[in-house]
Amino acid sequence: MSVLALIGATASLGGRTVLDAVDFPVAAGELVAVVGPNGAGKSSAIRALAGLLPLSGGHARLEGEDVAALSPRRRAERAAYLPQERRIAWNLPAIEVAALGAPLLAAAEGRTRARSALEEVEAGHLADRGVAEMSGGERARVLLARALAADARALLVDEPIAGLDPDAQLMVLERLQARARSGQAVLVSLHDLALAARFADRVVVLDRARVVADAAPLEALSPDVMAGVFGLSARWTDGPEGPLLAAGRRQLAG
Amino acid sequence: MRPSRLSVWLALLILAAVVAAVLLGESVFDSRQWTQAFADPASGPGEVLWQVRAPRVFTALMVGAALGLAGAVMQGLLRNPLADPGVLGVSAVAALGAAGAIVLGAAAVPGAVEVSALAGAGLAGGLLILFSARVRAPEALILFGVAVSSFAGAATALIFNLSPSPIATAEIMSWLLGSVQNRSWIDVAWITPAVLVSAVLAALAAPGLRMLSLGEETARTSGLPMARLRLLALLAAALATGAAVAVAGVIGFVGLAAPHLVRSAVRGDPGRLLAPSALAGALILIVADLLARVTPTDQELKLGVFTALVGAPLFALIAWRAAREWRL
Repeated sequence: MSVLALIGATASLGGRTVLDAVDFPVAAGELVAVVGPNGAGKSSAIRALAGLLPLSGGHARLEGEDVAALSPRRRAERAAYLPQERRIAWNLPAIEVAALGAPLLAAAEGRTRARSALEEVEAGHLADRGVAEMSGGERARVLLARALAADARALLVDEPIAGLDPDAQLMVLERLQARARSGQAVLVSLHDLALAARFADRVVVLDRARVVADAAPLEALSPDVMAGVFGLSARWTDGPEGPLLAAGRRQLAG
Repeated sequence: MRPSRLSVWLALLILAAVVAAVLLGESVFDSRQWTQAFADPASGPGEVLWQVRAPRVFTALMVGAALGLAGAVMQGLLRNPLADPGVLGVSAVAALGAAGAIVLGAAAVPGAVEVSALAGAGLAGGLLILFSARVRAPEALILFGVAVSSFAGAATALIFNLSPSPIATAEIMSWLLGSVQNRSWIDVAWITPAVLVSAVLAALAAPGLRMLSLGEETARTSGLPMARLRLLALLAAALATGAAVAVAGVIGFVGLAAPHLVRSAVRGDPGRLLAPSALAGALILIVADLLARVTPTDQELKLGVFTALVGAPLFALIAWRAAREWRL
């Protein structure tokens, strides 16, 4: 049974369809990247699975049960959600932010979990620093640690590498991959297609609220899809660390 | 500083402020009169001490604690350092309730003005709860609060406008300016249980306030029962504000300043801020009332006027700092 599943999921926001009969599962131990142009429905798919976007049709399921039917506690045990938004209202120390990933644990246990999650994202040295005194990249790590500290069966991660330097991007995706290898189901939305191809087990391509491809990375990101969805003339080559993308904007006729 | 240590320090400062506020005043006693005041509460100095100054100081303490607590709850709930019991319109609707009771001639009935103010606060709290159940964005709740506040202000102005009795108008005006002058132990007995209940509700809501630091969506997926915690927080804020307005009229900016003064000491944690903020509010109001009392003016300064004069520039300063942070 898949840990995460959208089944014929349909939703609209402000009269605009953001998910149109979207189907895809994510199994335990799998890292699935959802990609697509801006407005394609990537965040909506993740938010639907987090229970934040009500569906007008179909299902968003966590371990076989509709997310809307789950209590907040059971929902959080099954899936941890990391939104794109990185604003933290107050200047809390990093350790306190990370500990918010496990709010139902006893305080001492929550802090232990938080400290180990901070170490996991190479932010252990930031534990006592206030988040307002951090760079955007450091704050992103702390927030990722918060999601990892939840230790849920699935991770729903929306654009975790936006605005990060290349080293931090690789670190974040390596950690998510490691979490998948340890048995969690990981769904991550990405704009960087080369990194999606390199780290994901499967890539789901969304375009105008619909799934246009769902397959192994290079199959999903085929030249036809790259041209039709992203408007790119693209070619994949082998690199030392994984597939490399050579892409250019397509010349439009006329 | 650990929040518990901060609270102990604030409690000691409150004790010192209470002693100063009880000792100082218009009537200056010599040592014989002081002895008489303590030995015989029914004596002249005893009356001044136990029936005038002490209840006034304790009313200021409880009103300040209520406003400091309400401010901390609202700022946590709205993730906004500019939130204050006044911002969400609770004070204004409570004031409207009291003004309505006064103009309808109910001021002579013991407790009528207070109950009307409390009912007003309850109404505003209920409206906010209904609104926040449908619209979760904190900015929208602030705008709704501003609208409620403006409407209640307009309705109060209408009462002024149409009031046939200049006495009632003067009474409403005096009450709107906010004061703890001439308050009795009955007022203290009124507000104390309300503040205690608010404190318990706020303490129960504290984990939700802390989680809201990370934003609405993270809080909703955190596993905490956010709908219930938000309701508890709103109830705590409405009850504390309503009780404060019912007893002392409209006193602005304490709910804004108190959390601001202690926030860095608790490293921003909105949950741990609650108790120190209530204590800071109590301290601010005792000291402000003492200063208003001993300032040599022909007419005694109204506490609400005094706090507004000091608080408005502080509001501008906090807004300036917050705006700079938001720009980052």
